[in-house]
Order: sequence, then C-alpha cells, then structure tokens
Amino acid sequence: MPHSIDKNIADLVNASGEALGSSPIHKLDPRAKSIVVLLFVAAVTSFGKYEVSRLMPFVFYPVAITALSGVRAGTVVKRTLLAAPFILLVGLFNPLFDREPLLRIGSFVVTGGWLSFLSIMLRAFFAVSGAVLLVLTTRFDHLCLGLEKMGVPQVFVTQLQFLYRYIGLLAGEAQRMLRAHDLRSGKNDRKISLSTYAPMLGTMLLRALDRATRIHRSMLSRGFDGEVRLLQPLSFKSTTDGLFILVWGGFFLMCRFVNLPELLFFAVTGR
Amino acid sequence: MADALISPAVGGAMWIATAGLAAYSAKKLRDNPDDGRVPLMGVLGAFVFAAQMINFSIPVTGSSGHLGGGMILAILLGPHAAFLTLASVLVVQALFFADGGLLALGCNIFNMGFYTCFFAYPFIYKKLVGDTPSRRTIFIAATLSSVLGLQLGAFSVVLQTLASGISELPFGTFVLLMQPIHLAIGIIEGLVTGAVVLFVWKARPEVLETAAGTPPAHAFSLKPVLAGLAAAAIITGGMLSWFASTYPDGLEWSIAKTSGSEELAAPEATVHSTLAFIQEKTAFLPDYGFKPGSREEPAESTAEASEPDTWPNLDAGTSVSGLIGGALTLLLAGVIGVLLRRSSAARR
Repeated sequence: MPHSIDKNIADLVNASGEALGSSPIHKLDPRAKSIVVLLFVAAVTSFGKYEVSRLMPFVFYPVAITALSGVRAGTVVKRTLLAAPFILLVGLFNPLFDREPLLRIGSFVVTGGWLSFLSIMLRAFFAVSGAVLLVLTTRFDHLCLGLEKMGVPQVFVTQLQFLYRYIGLLAGEAQRMLRAHDLRSGKNDRKISLSTYAPMLGTMLLRALDRATRIHRSMLSRGFDGEVRLLQPLSFKSTTDGLFILVWGGFFLMCRFVNLPELLFFAVTGR
Repeated sequence: MADALISPAVGGAMWIATAGLAAYSAKKLRDNPDDGRVPLMGVLGAFVFAAQMINFSIPVTGSSGHLGGGMILAILLGPHAAFLTLASVLVVQALFFADGGLLALGCNIFNMGFYTCFFAYPFIYKKLVGDTPSRRTIFIAATLSSVLGLQLGAFSVVLQTLASGISELPFGTFVLLMQPIHLAIGIIEGLVTGAVVLFVWKARPEVLETAAGTPPAHAFSLKPVLAGLAAAAIITGGMLSWFASTYPDGLEWSIAKTSGSEELAAPEATVHSTLAFIQEKTAFLPDYGFKPGSREEPAESTAEASEPDTWPNLDAGTSVSGLIGGALTLLLAGVIGVLLRRSSAARR
C-alpha cells in the first residue's frame, strides 16, 4: 500500500504543525494529557461486549477536546477513520457468529452480534480519537519529555525523537528512489521485481546508516550526551494540569458506573 | 490487534510485560555505553517506515509485498536495540497512523517484538548463521526465523483476543485464519529480509559485523525468554482473575462460554441479583422486552442453562431507554461541543 503510507507520513508531518497551537489544551502539561487519554481508553474498553448506549457519554471527551483546542473537527474524524477498515474486518464476524436475538423493537429484532459489532466500532473510534487528539494537541518533543518524566527509559525516549525526525528524511529518500525507478523502468508501475528490490532497499539502508553515523558524529562534537533537551522545561501545575486529570478522571468514573443515557431518558420523558 | 478488541485486563497485563522487556533492553544498552549500534536505532526505525513505501511484486500471485522489518532490525541491531526500535516504530504508528491503539500497544509490541528479537533471532537465526555466513544460510535462517516469529506472534493475537472476549470469532476459526496468512507473510518477509541482508553483506560486510558484535549465539540462554513468558502468563492470569471477580463483564462470559466450566460460580450469585435488579429497572417498557428465552421460559432456567442466556441481557442494557438516551447523549455532546468551540474562539 505505497499510497496510504505516503499519506500517513504526510499526516505525520502535518500533525507537527497542528501541535504547535496555543489553545488551553495545547498548553497543558503532556503528562496530564497522556494520563487522561490512558484513563479514557481504559474506561471505554472496560464495558461488556454488548454495551452500546453507555458508551455514548464518552463522546464528550473527544468533542470537548476538539472544541477547546481549535483543532479542525474534520481532521480528527478523518484520522480516526483511518483505523476503520481493520476494525470493520474483524468486527463483522460478530454478526455472523452471534445470531441470538437480544432486543426487539416492535417486529424489528437485533441480534447480539450486531450489538457487539456496534460496540466494537464505538470503542475503536473513541479509543483512536483519544490518541489522535493527543498528538494533534501536543508537540512530539514535549510528549517525549513527559514520557521520560513518567519513568520511560531515557534511551527509549531519545529513540522516539530520533525516529520521529528521521521518518520524514527517509520517506523523502524512498520517494526519490521510486521516482527514479519509475522514470527508468518505462512503466508507471510501482511493483518492482525482487531482484531489483533487494539492491534498492539495501542501498537505501547503507545510505541511511552512513547518514546516521555522520549526524551522530556531528552531534557528539557539539556536546550531545544522549539526551534531547527542551529550551523550556515542563512544569506540572496542579491548578490546571491536576484539575484536568481530576475532572476528566471523575467524569470517566461517572460514565463507567452511572447509566447516564438512561438518566437522561428519564429526565426528558419524565418517567 | 486493536483497542476495540481487547479488555483492559489483557491490555494492561501485556503493557506490564512489554514495559518490563523495554526496561530490561534499555538497561542492557545503558550497561554498554560504547555500543556503536545505539546511534543507528533511530534511522533504522525510520528505514522500516520508508521500506514500506517500496513494494515488490510477488511472482505468480500478481500481488505485492513489502518488508515488515522486525527481523532485519534484529539482524542489524541485536535483540535489545531491535526490541526498543520496533517498540518505537509501533508507538509512532499507534499515535500518528491510528494503527492498533494505546491500550493494544503493549500487545502489539510484545507480539511483534518479543518472539522476533528474543526468540527467533537468538535461537534460530544466530544458531544457523553462526560466525560464517553464507548465501544459503542467510536465506534459510532469515526465512525460518521470520516464519517462526510471525507464527508465534499471530498465535498470541488469537490468545489475547480470546481472553478479552470481545470478538465472536471462535478459537479454531481464528487460528485457521491467522496462522496460514502469517505463514505466507513470514515466507515473503524471510525472503526479502534474506535478500537485503545478503546485499548488505556483499557490499559492506563490516556493517553486519558491527551488528554481530552481539555476544555469540551460545551466550544466549533460554532463561530470560522463559522468564519473560512466565511473567507475561502470571500477570495476565492474575489480572484476568482479579477482573473476573470484580466486574461481571464480557470477559468471564467468554471464559464460561469457551470452557463451559463452573469455576466462575462465585460471581454468578452477584450476577443474577444484579440482573434481577436491572430487569426490574428496565421493566417500564415491557413491550420492548429482551429476548424471550429468559422471560417466557423460566422452566428452563437452571443455573447452567440460564447462565449464557441471561448474560447478554445484563450487558445489553439496550432497552429503548438506552437507545433514546444514547441518542440524546450524542445530541447533547454535539451542542456542548459547538458552544465550547464558540466560547473558546471568542476568547482568542
């Protein structure tokens, strides 16, 4: 799928632009945002397999974060939908294997399989939207520093930062090699025979290794000691960051243990 | 593996197992600061991404494939650096490409990294290639180790999905789907890995030698591998049993369903009382009842027969109040979103 990975890498570069925003959400400490996203995903995935309506209140989280951060809603939805094909593929087995009727509305019968399928789709979109919003509202180097402060080994955090920076470079290189291949092969076909493929990839690999060695040497000569630092250190403010965790954590707990849609139904219908 | 298909117990357990492996690998690298491979980890991670942009045609089938990357990382970097590099690739994929998800990240890193880096590489590839690589041994070793790593990883996916109890796929069907697909992927992956490694070995053998600066094959012992697997099993088992007795959710239901065992008898008591309570609460619209089995045929409701029957009702909670309430919730969320956006735009 060369085209989709091209697009993915373009998205990755664009995300770094979005993440530079200055909304209240962007300004939160990355640790607070990471913790809240993990709580969100854990809460969403903790329901039983047939749960649909009680997952609904969780939509408040992506909606509120999107609204407050000023990130385009279309961007969030589009990126969240990237996950759809795989989930659809696996989820669609549920209606096939679970045909027990669970719910009747008049003459309309809903089987357990369709309910659990709907539940899977909702979980997927909520869980993915959490991660998507995290990277759209947080600079990647801040996110990495936050991870390090939370105890992730430094060598891994540095690795993440190098990887993030190298992806754009090497993707550009791969694209140039493909273009060169297309121009010389006479057909606009990206399928390459294995005998051409191995030298192409091997050459790219050797060039990448040489480049990394050069870059590493020049970094060492400028005093690099294995740690990537930020000009502005992170500061966790209990008034904003702490509150952010408390409010959302409390909300997720409430959604988990109180049936909000039902309460809302009673409130509206007066039953 | 995706967030939507796993339970927090399974996801959390695999997170712990993966975090342990990552900490162990990071410690190994830290203990050896002069290691020439560490500066190459970043670029090789990016290489795995870039390599996925270039596809080659698979003869006869008309389809195309690309390098997956786990095995080549292990060959070039050794197990510890390769595990961390693969983990970083999966983190970026989960965050930016909506691939997998955050809860499933532990599973994904374990499934793709552990078996390749800590099992297939040291025990298959290293042993077969040894200190004297040749064209034949590189190809055979790369193919065998890729196949084995992917088979074990795919089987792990099946086990984790089954333990989570979200997907309806029966064990046998899922295994029959996953293993042959991954056998094909493994063979292709092995051939490509072998071809690229061979090219590098011919053009610049010293690159592989720096990489092969890892201790020779016999220095690897099976102990850490077994310890890692045992730890993962114990943590998973522990978390599953803890969750099973705390939350009567889909998890137990699937265990009861697949094993048919009575081991979960204790929570059943609470399940039934909760169920009765919920049925009472939802009885305000009797016409839109749950499935007839549980209500109209009470004669059949022996403990064993009613267990799988009544379970879904508890979780369904999809009385009409749920349907309409859920729709109202969505509507409310939309309205609040628009209001929040307006107020935050006004402030700026």
